[in-house]
Amino acid sequence: MDFAFLSSTMVTLIKAVPTSLMLFFLSIFFGGLLALVVVAMRVSGNPVLSGLAKGYIFVFRGSPLLIQMFLVFYGLGQFGVIRYSFLWPFLREPVVCAVLSLSLCTAGYTAEIFRAGIRAIPPKEIEAARSIGMSGFLLVRRIIAPIAFRHALPAYSTEIVLMMKSTALASLVTVWEVTGVAQRLISQTYRTMEVFLCAALIYLVLNFVILQAMNLLEYSLSRHRRALPPALKV
Amino acid sequence: MTGFQLLGFGANGWGVWLLAAALMTLAVTATALAIGAVIGTIVAALRLSGSPLLRFLGHIYTTVFRGVPELLIIYLIYFGGSSGLTAIGRLMGYDRFFGMPSFLAGALAVGIISGAYQTEVFRGAFLSIPRGELEAASAIGMSSALRLRRIIIPQVLRFAIPGLGNVWQLGLKDSALISVTGLVELMRASQVAAGSTRQYFLFYIVGGALYLVLTSLSDRVFNGAERRANRSMPSAMGKA
Repeated sequence: MDFAFLSSTMVTLIKAVPTSLMLFFLSIFFGGLLALVVVAMRVSGNPVLSGLAKGYIFVFRGSPLLIQMFLVFYGLGQFGVIRYSFLWPFLREPVVCAVLSLSLCTAGYTAEIFRAGIRAIPPKEIEAARSIGMSGFLLVRRIIAPIAFRHALPAYSTEIVLMMKSTALASLVTVWEVTGVAQRLISQTYRTMEVFLCAALIYLVLNFVILQAMNLLEYSLSRHRRALPPALKV
Repeated sequence: MTGFQLLGFGANGWGVWLLAAALMTLAVTATALAIGAVIGTIVAALRLSGSPLLRFLGHIYTTVFRGVPELLIIYLIYFGGSSGLTAIGRLMGYDRFFGMPSFLAGALAVGIISGAYQTEVFRGAFLSIPRGELEAASAIGMSSALRLRRIIIPQVLRFAIPGLGNVWQLGLKDSALISVTGLVELMRASQVAAGSTRQYFLFYIVGGALYLVLTSLSDRVFNGAERRANRSMPSAMGKA
């Protein structure tokens, strides 16, 4: 084992971690917001809106992220409407394209996860809320959203770990995040195994931290369950 | 040229090219799934074994290959495999570069990833077999090989179908990443067509649509298989 090479590789790769993290946080933020819109349409009861949401989910979950990313990165610039619009200075940037396509894609998966969370709400709780006069936004804010989010958390943790891994694809549209830098190091040095080990270690640590943070969130959101006396525990 | 001509089957059309690439995507995904099934069976056996060391090794395998980006694993197999082959070649007296065949590298890389997911599928399926059935098989004197063949394998396969369907879908989407090795599957074919005609939007949309066709068709196949495998248990599993 050549520790000098390993440590210099590690240093080079760690410099790319902020880029990976930026892609990750921006896309789960925008993807989460978009997922809320999609899931609201999906459960709205309006056949047109829920049909559109179903179509969105089908398209973004059924095709590979890479082709979506290339469509955004190479495809959009082909249209004069976009090329000469105020959006072009943004859409020309690889980072913007990467975040855009990562967010669009994760929104499809996240919408399904949120919908499963909503379906898991016991109907009696909604009836109870309605019977004391809650409706509309108040019902969503006090009853539906908190319960659905708690139900959705385990599946959502899996999804955001998948997102961390998906940020690697941004390297193929020339964003220099960890995998892209690793690929460049491999083709410069031909020392595949060492570079792979360093990059793999970085991703495993990042994923471990994300999962721990999600577990902590899950734990802090289940206080009302822990407060029950042992005899009543489910 | 119009979109119809570009996508058609005529002299200047890319229709045949794209359809052939879609078949290549299916072939490489099927090979990967088969490799993954072998790995998944072995690693699931490790995870279910009595030895803590073997269980730990199995755990490491699934953690690493589910936690590291797919692209990185493809680079590992493709570039690492080429250096390995070249080193072996040098030992045998051939002093030149041997490249890893891209089909093999891609199928192996996606298979290794798929194997980590299939481990969980097989493990879960094994744990869903009612304990009483295993005990009953031992009680009437079945040897462990006979019990494996008559009781365990048929049920694991039945319980594993929905999970394998998900793994197949993941594999189809991961196979798009094999395009980085130069294998002309659907992703790479769309790239080439888009690049040489400058019709990026059209060809990525068509490529994406073909992926949607593949994923929704395979969804049907797996649903059909699940119904068929459960045809003798009407109420136990309910309708999918």
